[in-house]
Amino acid sequence: MNRHVAYTPYHPRWHRQRISTYWWLGRRSYFLFILRELSSLAVAWFVVWLLFLVRAASGAASYQQFLEWTRHPFVLALNIACFAFVCLHAVTWFNLAPQAMVVHVAGRRVPGWIIAASNYAALAFTTAAVVALLLLRW
Amino acid sequence: MSSHITLRVARYRPEEESESTFEDYDVPCPRDWVVLDGLNHIKDRIDGTLSFRWSCRMGICGSCGMLVNGEPKLTCATFLADYAPGPIRVEPLRNFPVIRDLIVELGDFMGKLTRVKPWIVRQVEKPLSEGEYRQTPEQLDEYKQFSMCINCMLCYSACPIYGLDPHFIGPAAIALAQRYNLDNRDEGASDRMRILSEHDGIWGCTFVGECTKVCPKHVDPAAAIQRYKLQSALDWVKGIVLPRAAS
Amino acid sequence: MEIRRPIEPLLWLLFSAGGVMSALLAPVVLFLFGIAFPLGWLSPPDQARLLAVIGHPLARLAIFVVCSLSLFHWAHRFRYTLYDGLQIKHLNGAINSACYGGAVLGTLAAAYFVWRIP
Repeated sequence: MNRHVAYTPYHPRWHRQRISTYWWLGRRSYFLFILRELSSLAVAWFVVWLLFLVRAASGAASYQQFLEWTRHPFVLALNIACFAFVCLHAVTWFNLAPQAMVVHVAGRRVPGWIIAASNYAALAFTTAAVVALLLLRW
Repeated sequence: MSSHITLRVARYRPEEESESTFEDYDVPCPRDWVVLDGLNHIKDRIDGTLSFRWSCRMGICGSCGMLVNGEPKLTCATFLADYAPGPIRVEPLRNFPVIRDLIVELGDFMGKLTRVKPWIVRQVEKPLSEGEYRQTPEQLDEYKQFSMCINCMLCYSACPIYGLDPHFIGPAAIALAQRYNLDNRDEGASDRMRILSEHDGIWGCTFVGECTKVCPKHVDPAAAIQRYKLQSALDWVKGIVLPRAAS
Repeated sequence: MEIRRPIEPLLWLLFSAGGVMSALLAPVVLFLFGIAFPLGWLSPPDQARLLAVIGHPLARLAIFVVCSLSLFHWAHRFRYTLYDGLQIKHLNGAINSACYGGAVLGTLAAAYFVWRIP
């Protein structure tokens, strides 16, 4: 495609629109898409957080300090925000899974809602397992 | 319900101006009129210089794609009455260069379509005496959805990735490649993989999903692309782990 | 079969695996230690209990794998967000190094901390 076409009687100058840096504010679906993509930052925070926890667990004093630190309003606010984004990530991920994965069982295609439901079931199971491991009395 | 509605139509006359402008036209609004009827009324009765593409007026040729109030739509399938009291903004498809008024340049897509080889590729053709290539209904179902594409380009208009980088091969081209990859009669999957595995192929897609939302034929190009990514990635793993067995 | 950019399928696989791992585990971990325990909705496990759980070899492996894959998920997604959101594709090399390099460093850090669990 020649971008430097001058107008001649037989070839008009094409009109090209520039995409604004704020293209993602123009439509609700684009905005939600960018929010979904930004949830990756919350995922990165989750990793950092998990490693803080792992490091703090090595000693009684450091663990107490860590728990104190989690009560700090700034840290609490950050975690609430990241929790919301991580939930957005999980929900959008599981809802999109059926489009990405086509599973055939006995020659027939598994309906999309079963794929999504299995993913949510895995989420419920994993959550329950973590809660049980950490909190239940054995 | 009013009997008239205003169509605010984008005009671009390269011989007169370097920017596009909007012009308002008052068109009748019977219940069964679509935007295309309104545009034809303008061209027939009000302003004969208005230029736009259309053909079948029944949603199968893919010629009449335009932006109606910013949404990519087939103008032969978009009713005026749904937008009452108006005005309705009609613009050429986004992300393509505009030649004139509502007509966009589609050469980029045509080139990409050819590159993905949208035909049955056989290493060796069966001789006629051996009969037809047979296909069960289940085998047809594998790719049928992707064969519904009418090349209307609404998906390219909706795709922000294509807008940001015109080198991206785009939703319809990938969906059509998949239509042939998934066809049991085809043997061209490895040929197409070379094209689609380039950086401007499937890997540019970030699964925005807008292409699927605007497709008038429910082709679901987003699904075609994600499935192809998975397939391509698994083939890559197979190529590393079992180099001889990989296709 | 030759592909001109052989690394992209691997990066996408890491991104997908990380997406699944983080979708399954990040909500509960952030909820418990980031919201429920600080706000007193639930009482946190004592240090001995926590150590018993994360010290187990399987738990160590799980924590390392989840951290590493989630970081590669972030790296891949954030790289494309920078391309598309800010349209700065010309800074390709810098973005790729920062994102995937960050993921590699994070993986090393995760390995270190997991190894150091008493």
